[in-house]
Amino acid sequence: MHTKRHYSDLIPAIIFLLPGLVLFALFFVGPMMYSLRISFFEWKIVHPEQSIFVGFENYRRALSDPIFQRAVLNTLAYTVITVAVKMILGLCVALLLNQQLPGQTFFRVAYYLPVITSWVIVSLLFEYMFNGQAGLVNYILKDFLRIIPKDIIWFADEYLTLVPIILLDIWKGVGWAAIIFLAGLQAIPAELYEAARVDGADSATQLRYITWPLLGPTTIFLVVVLVIGGLNAYVPFQLMTNGGDPLDLTHSVLTLMYEATFGRIDFGYGAAISYLLTGFVFIVSLVELRLMKQQAA
Amino acid sequence: MNRKTQQNFEKVLKLIILTLGLGLVLLPIWYMIVTSFKPQTMIFELPPRLWPQTWTLKNYIVALGKDKFGLYFMNSAKVAIISTLLTVLVSSMLAFVFARLRFRGKETLFYIFLLGMMVPPVMLIIPQFIVAKWLNLFNHTGLILVYTTMNISMQTFLLRGIFENVPRDLEEAALIDGGGPWTIFWRIILPLSWHGISVVIINTFLYSWEEFAWANVAIKNSSQRTLPIAIALFQSEHLTEWGQVFAASLVALVPVLIIFIIFQRHFVQGISTTGLKG
Repeated sequence: MHTKRHYSDLIPAIIFLLPGLVLFALFFVGPMMYSLRISFFEWKIVHPEQSIFVGFENYRRALSDPIFQRAVLNTLAYTVITVAVKMILGLCVALLLNQQLPGQTFFRVAYYLPVITSWVIVSLLFEYMFNGQAGLVNYILKDFLRIIPKDIIWFADEYLTLVPIILLDIWKGVGWAAIIFLAGLQAIPAELYEAARVDGADSATQLRYITWPLLGPTTIFLVVVLVIGGLNAYVPFQLMTNGGDPLDLTHSVLTLMYEATFGRIDFGYGAAISYLLTGFVFIVSLVELRLMKQQAA
Repeated sequence: MNRKTQQNFEKVLKLIILTLGLGLVLLPIWYMIVTSFKPQTMIFELPPRLWPQTWTLKNYIVALGKDKFGLYFMNSAKVAIISTLLTVLVSSMLAFVFARLRFRGKETLFYIFLLGMMVPPVMLIIPQFIVAKWLNLFNHTGLILVYTTMNISMQTFLLRGIFENVPRDLEEAALIDGGGPWTIFWRIILPLSWHGISVVIINTFLYSWEEFAWANVAIKNSSQRTLPIAIALFQSEHLTEWGQVFAASLVALVPVLIIFIIFQRHFVQGISTTGLKG
């Protein structure tokens, strides 16, 4: 009855692929190529034909620019801290949410709420909460917990500015990490835990020898996606620092790119920065994906 | 009996931890809500109150009445809804190809599409700006096309995982009845992947509803502004009128909340059957 044939679905495949391919070519691959070209020019946006080829000059300028270096440091610090904290808290929340507790659905939805808020809105909200004079955070720290002697002007200091930005990302991101971990937890067969209980393993042992190893792929997936997101931080930096205040010391890589491009109309320089970032993201992701493959094997 | 007490004790402890965490999660949202109901004179009151002495609706009346708020809201709604529908359609068609059809070079093509997950949307703004200038797309169509493109990779990746889990036996039946790929896609794969599509809807709607960077450079005409742009602009023009900023913000959050509540039932299940398991 069943003849096995070596067939190809090329014709239907082309039809199904067409809309996606057109969009992808026009707004993704094409722009990527074009951006690469721009990055080698002193680009004139009004008269592109008058652009001057400068080779790697834009890249050299970026790498030797202290403002760019500072932006890189800010972005790296932000990424490392937020990813680590979100992973740890996310896993804790997921473990708690994965149990038969009263109000389980309510907790799940509530913990996810910050994820569905808009970046613009919550950036403004944290700006208000960290307000220098009468902000809620200063009040809690100074008058309620009494751990600081006087109000902190968060947004006037090059380091302190990063605190609300980082806390915002953690607050907004834990729910997402938790839900992904939760999905991973639910994919672990319950029999494994039963068998472990029969063998007398306590919950710490189960966590160490069943949960953690089986969450491997989920963990790596989360790291990959969160690191990409962290390196691409833009809106909170832009809104909370007004693009680098004070003194261009609080840029993320992308706010600097944005300012160079649309503020100083230096498209070539902006394109070079975005390529440096993309290259870095790409390498980091490849390393992480390799780890994922090793884990899965 | 002793063991039972210990279990109950653990349960209560876990509930307490969860509730404390929840307090931290909800505090900023609660603070935003009460601030939106405070009169302007109480915005910088000391101590800051989590329960206002006087409640007022004035912020809502003023914020929603001015600056064409209704227009911006409708702009955002239009852009987000069309982008979401388009993304669901385009990504599921792509995912169907990668999950079910056979042809040479399929894997390579899939990996090229995955590249889209790694490249930052903001990094593409410069060349997209140039493409949009060339195609005359500094309008809602430009937003919709770019949002759809920026979502395709991730959502295709998610849906491929879902589609691969649909049992193939069902398709054999359709094939015997003379149905083609379109029938299989439309009548079998899509209806059986509802939870995955819910995840795509939540993700894409949220993205398109709140996107800021691209809309900020692409929309020059003030009557075409979307909400995130309007709210950020409003805040920078009325620096201290936080009550109004938050009143507008909270209204802007309502559609996302509705979408989330409608589709969240499928959410965890949807994620756990995607490609995340590697």
